Amino acid sequence: MGWLASPFVRLLPYGPDALLVEVGTLDEVGAVRAGVQAAALPEVVELVPAARTVLVAVRPGAGLDGVRGVLSDVDLAAVPDRGGRSVTLPVRYDGPDLSLVAETAGCSVQDVVSLHSSATYTVAFNGFAPGFGYLTGLPPELQQPRLERPRERVPAGAVGIAGEFTGAYPRPSPGGWRLVGTTDAELFDPRREPPALLQPGDEVRIEVVS
Amino acid sequence: MTLTALRRVTVLRTGPQALVTDLGRPGHAHLGVPPSGALDPGALRLANRLVGNPEGAAGLEVLLGGLSLRAGAPCTVAVTGVSAPVDIDGATVDSHAPVHLRAGEVLRLGAPARGLRNWVAVSGGITGDAELGSLATDLLSGLGPAPLRDGDVLALGADRGVPRGADVIVPTAVVEPLTVPVLLGPRDDWVDDAAATLAAARWTVTESSNRVGVRLDGPPLRRRVQRELPSEPVVTGAVQVPANGLPVVFLADHPVTGGYPVVAVALPSALPGLAQARPGTAVRLQPVRAHP
Repeated sequence: MGWLASPFVRLLPYGPDALLVEVGTLDEVGAVRAGVQAAALPEVVELVPAARTVLVAVRPGAGLDGVRGVLSDVDLAAVPDRGGRSVTLPVRYDGPDLSLVAETAGCSVQDVVSLHSSATYTVAFNGFAPGFGYLTGLPPELQQPRLERPRERVPAGAVGIAGEFTGAYPRPSPGGWRLVGTTDAELFDPRREPPALLQPGDEVRIEVVS
Repeated sequence: MTLTALRRVTVLRTGPQALVTDLGRPGHAHLGVPPSGALDPGALRLANRLVGNPEGAAGLEVLLGGLSLRAGAPCTVAVTGVSAPVDIDGATVDSHAPVHLRAGEVLRLGAPARGLRNWVAVSGGITGDAELGSLATDLLSGLGPAPLRDGDVLALGADRGVPRGADVIVPTAVVEPLTVPVLLGPRDDWVDDAAATLAAARWTVTESSNRVGVRLDGPPLRRRVQRELPSEPVVTGAVQVPANGLPVVFLADHPVTGGYPVVAVALPSALPGLAQARPGTAVRLQPVRAHP
């Protein structure tokens, strides 16, 4: 019996040329994304992982049968192949919310830095802005709510946490994540290949800089 | 100066908004990049065919006319989209047909009587530094060139094609009420009786509509599922129901993910009409069955 019979997986219609695959966990999102990507179907134009769903969109009129076929063969329990990409992100721990995060976690600021910088993260998906990666692997102590009042302007390079994710703002924008640091890495450059430093499936480690 | 250096047009007046556009940058949503590109891709393709360009060449998307372009070299120009007045140095010419500009001549595009947008192709196409394979201005993410300003000079590519004459091409129709066929899903079960509520309502396009989406006013849809929706991907045409219950139909510069339920998706055939829907336009969202 294929995984489509799993009670935690649903294929939802999404217009004439796309399907939304809903699963139960971020790991399963990664497995679906990796499985569809590996199949390299020529008609697929967008493959977009998110928090609990994966969008698979095909060329208009190409039909979704090929996608359904691939999906029925995906092993949800498979650990997605990370494609060998491993990224090191230099982070300066100078964020304005460090004390708030420490207080919420019930530890010292130094503990926050140590916890955040020693974890190994995985880029679950991009969203919000070009090159904004949602990284999972955040230690449980640091899984905290967003700010009650979002900032009107978060500077480019700001590193924040929110819920189960950590991430860095590629360009100045409004934002509600609790900010713990800053990175000087060029997170998004449309003229670079690949343009996004952090891509779905990438493994990310942090190098503390001062 | 070489002939190539003269292959440019000067934007003397932009009107309310003139943007460089092409067929956008689809295929990068997983990087957080919206598709962008012409809101009516068929109209841009047509304009390009008329002047002998490849269909995906970069042209202009013009909101409510007011555009004047001065040719730096002889070129062929075509205006598509809704019906709008076009003249060269004051002499009326046809839209939806190739027209020739001599060096120094000025093409003016007036405001359409109905609808919002026109597309302008120039032989050779607009050239520049592509970002993710596209020159299109994306008003949401900031990719592509900034909206044009009076006095901007646009470089043109080599004029290689043969302009195609055509006398049967009609402007984009502007009908009211605008009927938008939609396919229900993926989250129609997150609001009360989505199909009947969408179909029964007479929606109105609001002033806050733009290239990101057409925002509608009408009877708010009532949310049935109260838990928070984890961010999920959004497609062009998605009908999203935000916290206030008033649907937004996403257009080309839409965010790639969103945390509100998408209850239906407009068929691609409805997008040209949505691109022309002025604030105040009455809209019907008509649930249809998927093709077999």
